[in-house]
Amino acid sequence: MIKHFLTLEWKSFVRSASFKTNLAFKIFMALISLYFAAMFVFMGIGAFYGLKKVGLEPLQTVNKFMIYYLFADMMMRYFFQKIPTLTIRPLLVLPIKKNTIVHFSLGKTVLNYFNTTHAFFFIPFSIILLINGYSVLGVITWHLGILTVILFINFLNILINNKDVIFGIVAAIIVGLIASQYYNLFDITIYTQPFFQGLYEHAWMVLLPISTLIIIYYFTFNFFKKDLTLDERLHIKKNLATSNDLTWLNQFGTLGTFLKNDIKLLMRNKRAKTTLYMSFFFLFYGLIFFTQDIYKGGVMQAFAAVFVTGGFLINFGQFVPSWDSSYYQLMMTQSISYKEYLNSKWWLMVIGTAISMFLASFYIYFGWEVYITILATGIYNIGFNSFLVLLTGAYTRTAIDLESAKGAFGDKKAFNFKTLLFSLPQMIIPILLFGVGLLADNFYIGISLIACFGILGLLFKSRIFLIIENIFQKEKYNAIVAYKQKN
Amino acid sequence: MIQVNNLTKKYNATTVLNIQELEIPKGQSFGLVGNNGAGKTTFFSLLLDLIEPTTGGIINHNVVVNTSENWKNFTGAFLDESFLIGYLTAEEYFYFIGELRGQNKADVDALLKKYEEFFNNEILNTKKYLRDLSKGNMKKVGIIATLIGNPEVVILDEPFANLDPTTVNRLKKIVKELAENPDVTVLISSHDLLHTVEVCNRIVALNKGEVVKDINTSEETLKELEAFFAV
Repeated sequence: MIKHFLTLEWKSFVRSASFKTNLAFKIFMALISLYFAAMFVFMGIGAFYGLKKVGLEPLQTVNKFMIYYLFADMMMRYFFQKIPTLTIRPLLVLPIKKNTIVHFSLGKTVLNYFNTTHAFFFIPFSIILLINGYSVLGVITWHLGILTVILFINFLNILINNKDVIFGIVAAIIVGLIASQYYNLFDITIYTQPFFQGLYEHAWMVLLPISTLIIIYYFTFNFFKKDLTLDERLHIKKNLATSNDLTWLNQFGTLGTFLKNDIKLLMRNKRAKTTLYMSFFFLFYGLIFFTQDIYKGGVMQAFAAVFVTGGFLINFGQFVPSWDSSYYQLMMTQSISYKEYLNSKWWLMVIGTAISMFLASFYIYFGWEVYITILATGIYNIGFNSFLVLLTGAYTRTAIDLESAKGAFGDKKAFNFKTLLFSLPQMIIPILLFGVGLLADNFYIGISLIACFGILGLLFKSRIFLIIENIFQKEKYNAIVAYKQKN
Repeated sequence: MIQVNNLTKKYNATTVLNIQELEIPKGQSFGLVGNNGAGKTTFFSLLLDLIEPTTGGIINHNVVVNTSENWKNFTGAFLDESFLIGYLTAEEYFYFIGELRGQNKADVDALLKKYEEFFNNEILNTKKYLRDLSKGNMKKVGIIATLIGNPEVVILDEPFANLDPTTVNRLKKIVKELAENPDVTVLISSHDLLHTVEVCNRIVALNKGEVVKDINTSEETLKELEAFFAV
């Protein structure tokens, strides 16, 4: 039986649409994966010696921050890990025991990307520990313990999947813990560190996470088995429609009609909602750069600022018109002017960018120059990048499955020479302009140039729209064919 | 009037549609029958400019379909679920289409009122998104949406499939009413010979992309078609 399941899995993997891309892209993806794997391995090795160098006991320090590492893992999973349900639908009517199906689909999640990535960090780290004379038994129980905790999170995520309330509570607690740690109010690591350290020091302690894992597996198993009928869990959850007429948008004519639709698109679809979450995270991208003195004042300041204000712009815009892929045939048979269609998407991007600019006001904490860079790149994003992003989108031919959050990390099919051609300048131009300012030894020259590019773009808006309209028109048949191919 | 001239569609070397000449006069109710792969949906897709013809073209009321977009103003069509917007409720969808076709809320409401019986209380005010409706109910929404804005050409691909018997009869009534209007041309494709014969005054049978029968409906039509498709 397991053999059958495994062949099915293998076929679904090899025959997935993403595999049928060109060779160059496969190589590119392989290199990227290798790079990340290498980064993790390097971190695993580097963490030990790095911590030792600054005079900290490596294992104890890793254990201290382990809780936050696990929290971060939990967050990531909630947003991006897909729960395997629908794929077992065809198996239900076949002569297979329900228990086998449940064991298999739960077992499958163990091999998930979200679990295996950790190995690239923990295996090298454990090996380094062994080389440096740590107790063999201790390292093994520690490693085993952490692995068990990660698997525990895996099953926990399945249990709480799609329960926004629970997630909200957990997220609030985590943010509270981080904040109180930062302000020295309460340090959770004092309580959790001994536990993780204990896994190393007292071998018997590994039984604790293992037994918890067994218990949660038992729960998840029953939970799944109980709902293993077509009208329960396997049936796509039906939400009652929230009625919001957004009638105030009617005053904008056809633009309003499209805007109403796009807002509903964003609010009611899982995939589109992910875009909103991602845009929110992009808002804090600048913290990586602005908190470190080596980046401050350098060209990377412009780079970071583009992402801070442009999170929504980039995440949403690069998939125009693919957002409408599932009903593209309808759109193509209605008398719609491409101009009004584009205009609505553009306005949505402008509104999103404006909100990001407003929310990014807290960066003023890092000084006036950082703040004004953000404002200038905001204008640049609205007036210049918005068009580049739409051009990228015009060549992106991906059927978007609005109901699943998968593919939010950029779709492989979206990658081609033309999209790359329009994507790179989005970041490079502001960096170059900022660099001009640095060369001229006047910060404000660079900033003004960046803002000027934005204003210039606005002046040529109707011209640029015409170009994009022509691309849409020319690519119409290709787009329809591409959008029919669902993953 | 819809004129088809020298229309072919080829995928690589395979010809999937080849219609030398076909004329559908204004006001006709036109039925397209044929087995799977006969080219029915291909023909409708060409008529809606969703695919590119290999040669020739279609003229819909003096508009060359694959060069101008003006046919969109007087043509309503429903081919499959990809014509529905899954995250809207039925009402929102109808109003959206209405706004695109220059109809206000009252116009759309009046039309929906007229087809209340067809919906059978399963569509309106249910607070369900279209993606959560059953196939049959999706079809009901799609069919009625094509009628918004009084189109002169109505194109329905397999409208009878997936509908329950009562709804099929109601749909036949609706199509017959449309056909009685001399300004409205109705085009329907179907596997079901009986239904098609009942509502259409002309029937064309396609086989492997070619027109093999072209008959004006009469008493004998059904027998003739059944004999043709008999195994």
